[in-house]
Amino acid sequence: MNDVPLLVYLGIGLFMFVTGAVGVVVRRNPVVVFMCIELMLNAVNLTFLAFARYAPSPLVADKQPTWMAGQMAVIFVMAVAAAEVAVGLGIIMAIFRLKNKVDLDELSSMRG
Amino acid sequence: MDLNQLQLPAITPNMVIIGLLGMIAVVTAIGVVAFNNPIRSMLSLVANFFTLAFIYFSMGADMMGITQIVVYTGAIMVLFLFVIMLLNLSTDSLVATKKFDIKPLLALPVGLGVFALILSQILMPFKDVVKTSAPDATATAVGWGSPQAIGRTLFTGYVWPFEVISLLLMVGIVGAILLARRRVEV
Repeated sequence: MNDVPLLVYLGIGLFMFVTGAVGVVVRRNPVVVFMCIELMLNAVNLTFLAFARYAPSPLVADKQPTWMAGQMAVIFVMAVAAAEVAVGLGIIMAIFRLKNKVDLDELSSMRG
Repeated sequence: MDLNQLQLPAITPNMVIIGLLGMIAVVTAIGVVAFNNPIRSMLSLVANFFTLAFIYFSMGADMMGITQIVVYTGAIMVLFLFVIMLLNLSTDSLVATKKFDIKPLLALPVGLGVFALILSQILMPFKDVVKTSAPDATATAVGWGSPQAIGRTLFTGYVWPFEVISLLLMVGIVGAILLARRRVEV
């Protein structure tokens, strides 16, 4: 689609990122907080792809064009997000087994 | 900045499509935060990720859209669903209801402020960028987001990051098993 301005994609990505950030602060259920983090990661992915598509394209590392570099970043973000979710949900399970509650405002034993 | 200088883009079929997809993405993103029930939040997030995959398709990033559907809606969200059902989080009994919480009241103006600030100060310089540089798929050439192009780049210029990521995923698997395992008395 050639006649869509870059700003449309960036605006969608920015809105999703801000919504995710607000959700991380507001919600007290750790699973929902993780979902909001996923939302933020996906917003960044969308921004990466939009810039990769629209940026003028000098060759970057190892003679790869910029539009490939953006997609590589998205692939690595997805892989890191998958590992993060697996470990994070494991931690939530462990906390639940230990304390029998998962309210983030109640879990203040590490408050310094 | 004079608002009159901001001319709106012409209404084309492509603008209509991206406008619809963007609206769905925005509404479902709000749904993730606003729903009280975690299951509803999760379904809203699944809808959001599907919409995002379609946005990727509309940009010509085919491989990324397919990966988005397979990895996020297929794998990660099912993991979320498993944990929600294992913890039985859908009842709100685990999260105590408070009489008064200041955070939601503050969050809306702060969020809107950050949105307006970044949009006006960082994104507005890009308002004239309409021309794409990445090649779209044609009858004779592969597009910038095709599996061929991504595979070639991933296994030539980015092979070491790829290997490091595989190591990270393996550590993640072992860590998740270790954390979720029931402790045995020794």
